[in-house]
Amino acid sequence: MRLSRTARIALGGVTAAGLAVVYAPLLLVLLNSVNSDRSFGWPPSGLTTRWWRAALHSEGVRQALLTSVRAGLAATAIALVLGTMAAFAVHRHRFFGRRTVSFLLVLPIALPGIVSGIALNAAFRTVLDPLGVGFGLFTVVVGHATFCVVVVFNNVGARLRRLSPSMTEASADLGARPWQTFRYVTFPAVRSALFAGGLLAFALSFDEIVVTTFTAGPGTTTLPVWIYENLARPHQAPVVNVVAAVLVALSVLPVYVAQRLSSDPAGGRL
Amino acid sequence: MRAPTARPAQDPGPAEGPPPRPAPSPGARPAPGPRAAARLRLAARLRLAALLGPPLLWLTLAYLGSLAVLLVSAFWTTDSFTSDVVRTWTTDNLHELLTTPVYRTIALRTVSIAIAVTLIDAVLALPMAFFMARVAGRRWRRPLLVAVLTPLWAGYLVKAYAWRVMLGHDGVLNRTLAPLGLHGPGYGTTAVVVVLAYLWLPYMILPVYAALERIPERTLEASADLGAGPWRTLRSIVLPAARPALLAGSVFTFSLSLGDYLTVQIVGGKTQLIGNVIASQVTLDLPMAAALSAVPVVLIVCYLAAVRRAGALDSL
Repeated sequence: MRLSRTARIALGGVTAAGLAVVYAPLLLVLLNSVNSDRSFGWPPSGLTTRWWRAALHSEGVRQALLTSVRAGLAATAIALVLGTMAAFAVHRHRFFGRRTVSFLLVLPIALPGIVSGIALNAAFRTVLDPLGVGFGLFTVVVGHATFCVVVVFNNVGARLRRLSPSMTEASADLGARPWQTFRYVTFPAVRSALFAGGLLAFALSFDEIVVTTFTAGPGTTTLPVWIYENLARPHQAPVVNVVAAVLVALSVLPVYVAQRLSSDPAGGRL
Repeated sequence: MRAPTARPAQDPGPAEGPPPRPAPSPGARPAPGPRAAARLRLAARLRLAALLGPPLLWLTLAYLGSLAVLLVSAFWTTDSFTSDVVRTWTTDNLHELLTTPVYRTIALRTVSIAIAVTLIDAVLALPMAFFMARVAGRRWRRPLLVAVLTPLWAGYLVKAYAWRVMLGHDGVLNRTLAPLGLHGPGYGTTAVVVVLAYLWLPYMILPVYAALERIPERTLEASADLGAGPWRTLRSIVLPAARPALLAGSVFTFSLSLGDYLTVQIVGGKTQLIGNVIASQVTLDLPMAAALSAVPVVLIVCYLAAVRRAGALDSL
């Protein structure tokens, strides 16, 4: 498309301004983590590493991080299994209600977290309480896995759509058993999609707060729940800011890994 | 993933895909007769059942079941002294929902904010995605995409919190604007719209970028050769190509905004959206909270159904 110089510059300007707005708050979080002013007045009155040391030694932060990682790993594992199965079913078979299945799978991520949260809460109370199972990490994992399945389903599904079935047919024609075909043809083709889906599922679970609030027991505090609980406490604000800064800094990592390992420039899809 | 019951070992038919075809290898074995074909079809059915069973069972038990419990409890009521749920069938909650003006106001406000956020994101995403996909040099595409993608991983709360600090009384926004005689929006409805648009922008950029990148250069050249100016090309080629992607992105921006209540609590000041009302009713009056959640559920399911007709769920 032949665009005038002015149009190109204008588009570039909009993009640059957009990215600047996207990054300004994040940079501010990083900067405020060493701001010696407790209420983050602008400009910073001085620099300090006090908050970093406080956060490093905070038992609450460490416990919350551990809980988050546990919940994320468990939910991702469930999502990888169920999401892959659903993707193969929907994209490798024709059956009645195929589109309804993909529609239903998208629901948990499309409906608001608060609706899913109180629905799971009400159901757990009706079903699990009589069984003597209380709210805890288990209920959080169930809640998280429900919407993590979609991400794996979408990633693997997108890959299967591009993967011609003639590859597996050729493999079968050459005498491979179904298991061999899966091991040597299908699995290598979907591996990076599985990885991208798993990574996104973990991130989704790690970041989730609304469903967590309604499915966690009193003792189960994930990192976002910890942040939220301490957000309003002026005494804890600097420590919360350090945790936020660490999360901002760490966000580079999964993107980098996904870029290195996946041919998909977006590193996955939601 | 293989169904254990599906296939005896001596029958190496085509593994994936429906059409059972006779193997072309000469003299290996005769083409399968009708009974063998029927057996293959049965095997495919069994495999499908084994693949589809567990995810559907999970979805039904864990999710749809929960939603059903919630929607049923909308017809129950609570003891006004103990806040305990009383399981007597009544439509009072729905009646209250439909007739109380406050609920209508809040529902309308929520929908307006969700639409505003979606429009802002669409208007921002189009030029940004267009620049990234078609104007910037090839070398720049990947870094730009990464730049848009990275904030997605930084965390919802972290970003909402960052805006809370920025919008604060002594925050950077007020301090920067003060010399110009201006001041930031403070905490309130404007802040909610800005922060929600900020949070969901990458969800809009990504699908639009993917769609714009797929437009063949030839099509754009042909449009120019046929005498169309940039605006005409934009209207007749670029926008139609981006439409499903815009709709797919709007699923996120619209439904995520519609149900949000934490951002509203963090930067919204006194603003109340439907999510906040639900959240505040949960412990007091669960049946009323359930009735209220029917509003976003109905809106989003209708929206999804409309968008699905336009084929946008495939580009999600």
